[in-house]
Amino acid sequence: MMEIMEGSHAVAEAVKRCRPEVVSAYPITPQTHIVERLAEFVADGEMESDYLTVDSEFSALSACVGASAAGSRVYSSTSSQGLILMAEVCFNASGMRLPIVMSIANRALGAPLSIWNDQQDSIAMRDSGWFQLYAEDVQELVDYHFLSYRVAEDHNILLPGFVCFDGFILSHTYEPVDIPDQETVDAYLPVFDPYQKLDANDPISMGMYATPDYYMEFRYELDRAMERAAGAIEDAGRAFGEHFGREYGSLVEAYRMDDADTALVAMGSICGTVKDAVDEMRDAGRKVGLLKLRSFRPFPQAEVARALDGVAAVAVLDKNISPGMAMKGAVGLEVRDALWKTGIDVYSYVIGLGGRDVRKKDIAAVADLAESGRGDMFYGLREELI
Amino acid sequence: MVDKSLELFDCGHRACGGCGPALAARLILKGAGADSIVVASTGCMEVFSTPYPETAWKVPWIHSLFENASAVASGIEASLKRQGRTEKVLCICGDGATFDIGMLCISGAFERGHDITYICYDNEAYMNTGVQRSGATPYDASTTTSPAGKESFGNKRPKKDMPQILAAHGAPYVATASVAYPNDLMQKVERAVETPGPCYLQIHAPCSTGWGFEGGKTMEIGKLAIQTGLWVNFEMVDGEIAKAKKVVRKPVDEYLMAQKRFRHLFKPARNEEEIAKIQAIADTNAEKYGIDIELKK
Repeated sequence: MMEIMEGSHAVAEAVKRCRPEVVSAYPITPQTHIVERLAEFVADGEMESDYLTVDSEFSALSACVGASAAGSRVYSSTSSQGLILMAEVCFNASGMRLPIVMSIANRALGAPLSIWNDQQDSIAMRDSGWFQLYAEDVQELVDYHFLSYRVAEDHNILLPGFVCFDGFILSHTYEPVDIPDQETVDAYLPVFDPYQKLDANDPISMGMYATPDYYMEFRYELDRAMERAAGAIEDAGRAFGEHFGREYGSLVEAYRMDDADTALVAMGSICGTVKDAVDEMRDAGRKVGLLKLRSFRPFPQAEVARALDGVAAVAVLDKNISPGMAMKGAVGLEVRDALWKTGIDVYSYVIGLGGRDVRKKDIAAVADLAESGRGDMFYGLREELI
Repeated sequence: MVDKSLELFDCGHRACGGCGPALAARLILKGAGADSIVVASTGCMEVFSTPYPETAWKVPWIHSLFENASAVASGIEASLKRQGRTEKVLCICGDGATFDIGMLCISGAFERGHDITYICYDNEAYMNTGVQRSGATPYDASTTTSPAGKESFGNKRPKKDMPQILAAHGAPYVATASVAYPNDLMQKVERAVETPGPCYLQIHAPCSTGWGFEGGKTMEIGKLAIQTGLWVNFEMVDGEIAKAKKVVRKPVDEYLMAQKRFRHLFKPARNEEEIAKIQAIADTNAEKYGIDIELKK
């Protein structure tokens, strides 16, 4: 049933239907409405979870590690500084192959302090061994939670995952959204079946140390699992269509890409604006399209190469900055790598950092820049401040 | 009742000869029993007991990071509760992981009141990384980051009072023990795991390598710490000191002279002033915990 709901509350509704046994979280703007609503569900007996109000994000994810290792489905959510404080635990959780799912309300990193949106936080965790999905709207945001648990807990995958969504832009926006009923979710997402767990009846040691004779193979297996995750996300996305009527069978979504000469590539809520901008440019006779990335990790390299085959120029909208890297944006670099040796020009545009608004005319201006061969730059700077 | 025949910490691990912490692990598990889950911090014990693919632990064991054992234990306890399981959850962590880097997580776990037993094996420095000082290092001990030198007598600060800090969190049971008194240690572990709520146990675990004594003298050194009043075995119930081991105290010299970490207090010349300060620490302990046995005249 379609309802008008705030993004964060929709996430809480989705999480409730995923039936995590343990929720462990620490408040940070703009994630707070999720964890507040979950606390209300627990307080009202609508959700049978142990809810740990911990001392920090670091402890929040550490408690998830423990609960997951003990055999429970677990949930957490954070943003920005909180995610970076969790960084050490993130690498650890994936190394132990614990299928934790966490919602990331994307927010800029200080200094200077900013509570507003960009995607620096999750992109900085690129190599932490978590899969990363990016939602365009509240519906995708809700759906990716069911999908993520299904992928994470697959015994052939066993990876933790982020469901990333733009802070405020999605977390605090009311949109029409279909919140599936519990029975449909239960049919799609089976009861958690841990691959292994801490159990006095069958003792195992987890998180041992590895000498140089053993360490590399663990990282190799982690990378292989991430490679397999691409197919698992597609499979789970197709099955999603069968259960819920909305399909996510590909890690990318092409919008008006047929015959496009110029392609815009983006992740997250900005894709909605880009679609409107593309429509306007198409109306003006320009052959422009959008390639939306649903997944940054695993990076859908083959799909990107296929989707962009034949275009003349690619403009990647990067809501992040890798200071000192010539291309500047981390997503741009991956797209350029996907198109290596094709001769297609790929440019990165660092845009919308720290909540700076990105309008349709900005998207059109970026397309102009790409077509004129100018890129790998910040877009939208206030020149008078520099 | 403690089953002393229970061996849940296996032989064949990589600890140094005479390792106090290895003995502590073995005794802790005798006290806790087989229905236990152990959470470890990064440190000596983790490294010497679990070189993949071998493990010395016959109970479920998990190591995540250096500083988060109590938070991991919180999650395990919450999970067990949801599943209706009854295993006891124990953290076994070094003093660096406890007194310093893990403080935030420990404080959070105790404030939340999880039913866990946090055990610090206290060898009074960062031994795994090469004997650097921690908040548990005693006054004047020479370590690699608090070396005695021309302008230094070693570690400049007294040991942090962790038992008091955790008692102040409302922990129902806080106790200290020593590997040199195994029965007492095992009984305290048993009491801690059977007491609902977060309990804290701090175990004096002499480190022959870090402190500088022959591996065969671990028990002797442990006993001397108690006999001089530089370590007190006590129990606190609901924040009040309930019991402390009484002794006929020896001068601190006997304990200090037996270890290289205090050698600079005696060579090239006896440092009366510093030794007097350490004696004063023992005297304060004796008064605070009431450990002196009055000898009949």
